Amino acid sequence: MTLFLERIISGINLGSIYAIIALGYTMVYGIARMLNFAHGDVIMVGAYICFVAISSFSLPPAVGILLAVVVCTVLGITIERLAYRPLRQAAPLAVLITAIGVSYLLQNLAQLIWTANPKSFPLVIDTMIKDAAVFLGIASPEEIAASSNFGTVVLYTSESGATLRLTGTTIVTILANIVIMIALTQFTSRTKMGKAMRAVSEDRGAAELMGISVNRTIAVTFAIGSALAAIAGVLLCSSYQVLQPTTGSMPGIKAFTAAVFGGIGSIPGAMIGGILLGVIEILGGAYVSTQLSDAFVFAVLIVVLLVKPTGLLGKKANEKV
Amino acid sequence: MKLKKSTINNLISYGIVIVAFVAVQLLQNAGLVSRSLRGQLVPICVYIVMAVSLNLTVGISGELSLGHAGFMSVGVFSGVVFSQWMTSLIAMRYDAAVAAQQETLILVVSMFVGGLFAGLAGVIIGIPVLRLRGDYLAIVTLAFGEIIRNVINCLYISIDNGRVHIAFDNPNVAGEIIVNGPAGTRGVDRISTFVIGFALVLFTLFVVLNLINSRSGRAIMACRDSRIAAESVGINVTKYRMMAFVTSAFLAGMAGVLYGLNMTSVQSSRFNFDTSILVLVFVVLGGIGNIWGSIIAATLLTVLPEMLREFSDYRMLVYAVVLILVMLVTNSPMMRAFFGRILPHRRGDAGKGGEAA
Repeated sequence: MTLFLERIISGINLGSIYAIIALGYTMVYGIARMLNFAHGDVIMVGAYICFVAISSFSLPPAVGILLAVVVCTVLGITIERLAYRPLRQAAPLAVLITAIGVSYLLQNLAQLIWTANPKSFPLVIDTMIKDAAVFLGIASPEEIAASSNFGTVVLYTSESGATLRLTGTTIVTILANIVIMIALTQFTSRTKMGKAMRAVSEDRGAAELMGISVNRTIAVTFAIGSALAAIAGVLLCSSYQVLQPTTGSMPGIKAFTAAVFGGIGSIPGAMIGGILLGVIEILGGAYVSTQLSDAFVFAVLIVVLLVKPTGLLGKKANEKV
Repeated sequence: MKLKKSTINNLISYGIVIVAFVAVQLLQNAGLVSRSLRGQLVPICVYIVMAVSLNLTVGISGELSLGHAGFMSVGVFSGVVFSQWMTSLIAMRYDAAVAAQQETLILVVSMFVGGLFAGLAGVIIGIPVLRLRGDYLAIVTLAFGEIIRNVINCLYISIDNGRVHIAFDNPNVAGEIIVNGPAGTRGVDRISTFVIGFALVLFTLFVVLNLINSRSGRAIMACRDSRIAAESVGINVTKYRMMAFVTSAFLAGMAGVLYGLNMTSVQSSRFNFDTSILVLVFVVLGGIGNIWGSIIAATLLTVLPEMLREFSDYRMLVYAVVLILVMLVTNSPMMRAFFGRILPHRRGDAGKGGEAA
């Protein structure tokens, strides 16, 4: 039972990361109507920036994360401006191939700069929790050094001595996911820019006629999506601690699957889809077959799409003749 | 005898392919083909067939498929197992020398068997997939491609006294192992030749061009252009979409066999999402719906990474930049207007993409 709950928790941890990546996919798809296949690689770039900032320049983790967010935001806007904006009127497939080209470009640039050797990612979130604890005066540095697993919360200890625990990284990942979700929903429903985004996603032409700058709205969407990708990259690498130029591609595909699963274009859908996918992946890997855990994820997706072709929370678009 | 215009066009197409083949053979005999390029000849044929068959799904039938490598993978593994089985049967009946003489026969039969298996996979996948449309169809084909890869990754197949043993997730199979789970095929006789590859390209062209110019092909294109209008004139949309999808899977499977029998060992992880995308890049770069475009793009982009060898580390980087630039140049309205002015009578195929997608 404890083991089962432990797996659920690690599933939610993985799922929260998928959800944050999926938010980027779903927003870009909802507003620009394009599959941004380079999104997964922006994650990887974010993780590398954070890695370099912490390992090579020994900056504090919080600064590293901030730097990653800034660099990825700029990167996202640049990619949109140079590669996607000239193709705004082109066929969707042409844009898709360009996105794939950008994805190859980022992967190969990363490989040139940081080589293909996997890097062991530092425990960024863990260090950050300890720093925060010292800063807030909750614990002294000596106390932290003395305890082997500071920040870990023991939820429950069974009679046989098995414990169910939440590590600090997991707590931060899940909290970050919830905060981002709430902030984004508020942003899209309350602010002027958010309203512009919804208008553009509804009808681009009409939005333009109402005086909304479509280009600016799409650029902001890319900026937000890429900033989220940077956060997701740091969280992903803090949980799994391996970083290489292809780190982002598989989580990227799975997060895209999660976005479709939850209903592409829907923000709560991305979160539900992401978490469900993470839990299914971990449980499938644990109880069916480790090698088939990916197949399991995709099989569930297919079943969901067959029963409900627009995803869990997707809107049904009526066909016009 | 008066030939139809489409027949003449098809004959010209076959003629160009045959001329290209003869030219390559002559160059090869003259010793003008470099070693690395010679190694690329069979892969070029494989990717041409892959691109043309995917173009049937994406361009002619108008469905974005992101799992084409899955069908290739089914072809590779079923074809390799079948060829090894057939070889062992012949060797048992007569002797190994006879089996060695019959290489071409074994290769051709294996290609059809691999194609049939891939076609069967196409039917099984097509039933659920073709109920969906647009991006959802794309993501489900992606999902199926990944599932095929994962499942084959767990297969262990061996041949023992002319019997094929298949085990799932269990490496202890009796006899000589041919497919060894994640390690892929092993000990395969490399019986693929450029001549057979060329024959497969010709066969693919024959099938696809005839399908496009037939009544069925026009029905498929009608479904692509307007599903509702096609339905209202009595076209069975599911049947024709299925026809295009399964034909495409069949051809991809045949290409897979050619590929699998060209190497001593192939892992299933090779046929991942990246390979599907690679083939899709050929199709889009060549022009969606344009068969000739696919052939040229597949040839150039297979040779390009080899030609960029001198850039070594920068090879894939240059490839990515070329890809982005070509898409920008051919699709950006500003650039199109610019080319339109230079070449006033150019009939662009790029415009077709909008209808197909």
